Amino acid sequence: MISKDLVIIGGGPAGLCAARMAAEAGQSAILIDRNAKLGGQLIKQTHMFFGSEKQYAKTRGIDIAKKLLDDVGSYPELIEVWEDATVVGLYPDKVITVLKQEKYLKIQAKAIIVATGASEKVLAFENNDLPGIYGAGAVQTLMNVYGVKPGNKIIMVGSGNIGLIVSYQLMQAGVEVVSLVEASPNIGGYKVHAAKLRRYGVEINTSCTIKKAIGKEAVEKVVTIKLDENWNEIPGTEKTYEVDAICIAVGLTPLTSLLSMIGCEMKYISELGGLVPVTNKYHETSIDNIYVCGDSSGIEEASSAIVEGYLTGLIASSKLGKKHPKFAELVDDFQSQLENLRNGPFGAKIRQGLKKLGGSVDA
Amino acid sequence: MLERDGYATHEQISSRFPKVELLVKPKAVIECYENIPCNPCSTSCPFNAITIGKDINNIPQVDYDKCTGCGICVHSCPGLAIMVCEVLADKVRFKIPYEFLPRPIENEVWQAVNRKGDVIGEALIEKVSLNNRQDRTALVQVLVNKEFIYEFVTIRRES
Repeated sequence: MISKDLVIIGGGPAGLCAARMAAEAGQSAILIDRNAKLGGQLIKQTHMFFGSEKQYAKTRGIDIAKKLLDDVGSYPELIEVWEDATVVGLYPDKVITVLKQEKYLKIQAKAIIVATGASEKVLAFENNDLPGIYGAGAVQTLMNVYGVKPGNKIIMVGSGNIGLIVSYQLMQAGVEVVSLVEASPNIGGYKVHAAKLRRYGVEINTSCTIKKAIGKEAVEKVVTIKLDENWNEIPGTEKTYEVDAICIAVGLTPLTSLLSMIGCEMKYISELGGLVPVTNKYHETSIDNIYVCGDSSGIEEASSAIVEGYLTGLIASSKLGKKHPKFAELVDDFQSQLENLRNGPFGAKIRQGLKKLGGSVDA
Repeated sequence: MLERDGYATHEQISSRFPKVELLVKPKAVIECYENIPCNPCSTSCPFNAITIGKDINNIPQVDYDKCTGCGICVHSCPGLAIMVCEVLADKVRFKIPYEFLPRPIENEVWQAVNRKGDVIGEALIEKVSLNNRQDRTALVQVLVNKEFIYEFVTIRRES
């Protein structure tokens, strides 16, 4: 059994930032990620980020990943990175089992930060298992990590920021986006993203959903249908498009199975994307020294995941006895950054979710 | 409309433009209609002409006395919602962000496109710039007919 004071599970923006802040405080840690490459979703995000300079605004996600990796890489004596390693078990005595290179390893930790991110929601419709139907994450991975076009004519389902951004990236890759459908009466994401699609000729169909996919070996056609104000299908409004791919971007849900397994108190909060752990102001769950940050604590933008990661790394190390020399100043700064990011109308949902959770909007 | 279809109304668009008299010199036009947490336009402006303030959800305000129309905010805006506009005798000169390949080349004539994605006329490409500071967002300077001042938004290559 390996002993380590701090273990961080997940090497996306939240986990990387937690590791960096822990290292700055002098706290050593093992950072574990199941992918071959750290960076989480950032490594496929070719668009410029929103937010302020402190959250690397106007920098492209792919370059933020490089920056955060460099930050962590500058503490090789403190941060041990395990890539291609999957945490398969978390136990109340803070023992972690990891599957790494076909071997099960055990780590005894004193504190654990869970930053496992989120998984994509799916959509039920006829033939939704045909080849050519992707989640938006897979589309981004194919295009932006491997340079593979997922199709030539695609329909996007969902107008949240992911649906809007991925549509734009598809067009940049030379894929025709025949339509973007959204079941709600209004566009969900930032209108600046929607405006980009529209000006390049993509029709945006609100109050519209997918009825079925048609195809033998793979997707050949898709049928959409309009919805009334009660979200019921309006017969006779079906429209058929010839497509070879369908991209589903209907939201994310926190990946919290490890926290459920260890017995953290969980709560279902739809505003945060589903089942989330109950936390205090300092991102600590109902179990002492078990922390959560980023999308696994509630679905938000990556900018917030970055700040939450910094904050959680700072707090976890302090409780382990390694207090950052600028602890109080940094905690204040990170909390005010989070408050600022969540202050506008797009933060209303997360503010409400956090209120239901019993936490505060600056945590 | 913007909420349902993704394009702004004429009232929304014209509200973001300064008075035409001011456009004898190039000025930034910021089509940021929503309170989203974002402020690179303000922090990137070398002339402090764009104000957002402490709450980064505020909508940017341009001080046209300070704005020189340099175009740095155009490629700094993550939403690609800024362009620079300058009114000439019978033409309007725009600097717009462009992130597609192939990029236009000087003196080519491309289609001028409005916010609905319709072709409205021709756009003469005057200049295309792309340096490291622009981080892969090209700045394209075009001339279009004056009547399209509130309509023109981007360019498309003749297919």
